[in-house]
Amino acid sequence: MVGVTAPAIDGQDHRDEVVRAEGVAKHYQVGSNLIATLRGRSALVKAVDGVSFTLKRGESVGLLGESGCGKTTMGRLLLKLVPPTSGSILFEGRDTATIDGADLRAFRRSAQLIFQNPFEALNPRLTIRQSLAEPLENAGVPRAERLGLIEEALELVRSPSPAEILERYPHQMSGGQLQRIVMARALILQPTFVVADEPVSMLDVSVRAGILNVFRDVRERLGLTAIYISHDLALVRYVCERTIVMYLGRVVEDGPTEEVVHEPLHPYSKALVTAVPVPHPDQSHEALPIHGGAPDARNPPSGCRFRDRCPHAFERCAVEEPKPIQQGNRTVYCHLFDS
Amino acid sequence: MTAPLLSIRDLSVSYVVGNGMVHAVDGATFDVPAAGIVGLVGESGCGKSTIARALTRVVPKNARFAGGEIFFDGTDLLKLSEGEMNRLRWGDIAFIPQSAMNSLDPVYRIETQLGEVLRQRGGLSKAEAREKSEALFELVGIEPRRLRDFPHQFSGGMRQRVAIALALALDPKLIIADEPVTALDVIVQRQILDQLQALQQRLGISVILVTHDISVVAYVCDRIVVMYAGQVVESGDTRTVLTAPYHPYTMGLYNAFPDLQSSQGILTPIEGSPPDLSAPPSGCRFAPRCPFVEPECRATEMVLHEVEIVDGPAGHVSACRRNGDAEMLRAKASEVATWSA
Ligand SMILES: Nc1ncnc2c1ncn2[C@@H]1O[C@H](COP(=O)(O)OP(=O)(O)OP(=O)(O)O)[C@@H](O)[C@H]1O
Ligand SMILES: Nc1ncnc2c1ncn2[C@@H]1O[C@H](COP(=O)(O)OP(=O)(O)OP(=O)(O)O)[C@@H](O)[C@H]1O
Ligand SMILES: [Mg+2]
Ligand SMILES: [Mg+2]
Repeated sequence: MVGVTAPAIDGQDHRDEVVRAEGVAKHYQVGSNLIATLRGRSALVKAVDGVSFTLKRGESVGLLGESGCGKTTMGRLLLKLVPPTSGSILFEGRDTATIDGADLRAFRRSAQLIFQNPFEALNPRLTIRQSLAEPLENAGVPRAERLGLIEEALELVRSPSPAEILERYPHQMSGGQLQRIVMARALILQPTFVVADEPVSMLDVSVRAGILNVFRDVRERLGLTAIYISHDLALVRYVCERTIVMYLGRVVEDGPTEEVVHEPLHPYSKALVTAVPVPHPDQSHEALPIHGGAPDARNPPSGCRFRDRCPHAFERCAVEEPKPIQQGNRTVYCHLFDS
Repeated sequence: MTAPLLSIRDLSVSYVVGNGMVHAVDGATFDVPAAGIVGLVGESGCGKSTIARALTRVVPKNARFAGGEIFFDGTDLLKLSEGEMNRLRWGDIAFIPQSAMNSLDPVYRIETQLGEVLRQRGGLSKAEAREKSEALFELVGIEPRRLRDFPHQFSGGMRQRVAIALALALDPKLIIADEPVTALDVIVQRQILDQLQALQQRLGISVILVTHDISVVAYVCDRIVVMYAGQVVESGDTRTVLTAPYHPYTMGLYNAFPDLQSSQGILTPIEGSPPDLSAPPSGCRFAPRCPFVEPECRATEMVLHEVEIVDGPAGHVSACRRNGDAEMLRAKASEVATWSA
């Protein structure tokens, strides 16, 4: 497997650490054609801008934040689907930028993406059996062994009546069934690390719960290290013991999910927690502590990116970027905690 | 209870497809009180948008009204001529369609689009329309100077506010909002819901809020209507329906929802999927997925019955044959094992 035998860059023992992101940034140039440039519309979108964290083996971590804050980009960076503009990502101690050739194939097996939209994730012209066989074929698994692995994977995701499903096409299945297949496909090569990008956002509530349960169960049984991307804190809480809250390309808070839910530290996390509706009508609701919408990612405020919506902002927030501050089990990026 | 603003009785709407019919709404019955927010909930494809559109009679070409009545202020909308209905639309009944925030025309300034509605539909002069536009923007919390912006200069949340402003333009008595916050982030979602509730209370209007999210209903709705496979299975006061449901589907839906405030250990899925509406099963449509099903359930058509709640708010109905066993079923429904196939 990748990296296990390769020496770590800093020569330290990282066996407990599966992923390490160090100052990772991904910037996109948008509207770079001539007219846009002449009109001053060309701009740099800092989709991810200086993100650092590590994932321990077997950890399940939620990546939470509003639309456009960079969650998907971060997930794609971790899987080496896009290269970082700056910073580095280590997988099993090895810089992913240096992984190539046979190692890259091994990496692609070990690190898998579970897509958001089950209706788009599978080739509509392939039967479920063909879709599941494809990654095995690419990985050079002998034909004779494939069916056994397919059946195992379907069982793992608790797909009902696997024998019958195998010869069906995607359009003959419900969203929930498809999402199980998509998950089975990601798990069939026995990865050690998965990134699930909003895997239930397209599914109905009654079905969603089943998929989330499978995800929790599989993660535990296989000891997977997982990133679960979502804008829904209630879902993240259900599947992740740790949560990283992002805002406009940056991390604002990182720590145990229960602590983030019950006593959010960063003013933005607090707003997120306050805004989540709960299904019981007697719940009293605190007024939302912030105003306005998320600012334009092309033109984020100086200093702390949240400052123009923050009820506690003071002078320093405009001039200085908050550094990570340790508060018990949590890391918070906010000047309020810098005493 | 005072007379409801809107009474839907046994409404059925089908779609013609190929050589068959999709019975999207089948015998739906519920009331919308004058002043108040009613949440219409249910999973994808259960017929929420079909009902919403039927109330304005702006339906797809292949839709057929297959029966029922829609009384608005005492008049059956289905008996009105197209001209009469047209006067009600916008004026008394405003509709915010499911993807309203994406339906603004990108080439015209917001001001132009809002002004057009006010002048054409409301007969206002140019100056009046401008004044009203500014008032509407203030009402929904956007600075009036932004009327000169184009839609692309607005965020999703702001465009949703514009859609609400458009709906309010001609002072309707009823607003039907189809999934107004579904595509939005939680913070924006909360801002829009707060706004909608404040407007509803200030103007004393009625709102039908279509959503698949019972948390949204719990947050802003006075009453809830739960749909399953084209039928209303339960409706009533939001608090009583959500805290003491009578229909097993409502119980199941509630169990399947993640709850940020509780220490709930496990979410419980409802096994199976809703029936095909081109050939729905006879009897109770939830029977094939219901953990409490009895043979008679498959043979008895669903009928909404008022449930007996001592000292509870009136008008709580449920279509379960076993309404009388609700207390026992509720206890069982809270156990995960009940729902595993
Ligand atoms: N290939 C690209 N080219 C240009 N800009 C991009 C590209 N990919 C992402 N962006 C921009 O980067 C920012 C972050 O996008 P990203 O998709 O990572 O957000 P997200 O948090 O996953 O949002 P969502 O919740 O809507 O999925 C956005 O402003 C987006 O428009
Ligand atoms: N124009 C149409 N022609 C044929 N069938 C239709 C048409 N519109 C809707 N349907 C079908 O009617 C049923 C009800 O659809 P409707 O859009 O009312 O559901 P919904 O509850 O609003 O769902 P969602 O939550 O996905 O918006 C579904 O089975 C749908 O596929
Ligand atoms: Mg994304
Ligand atoms: Mg709909």
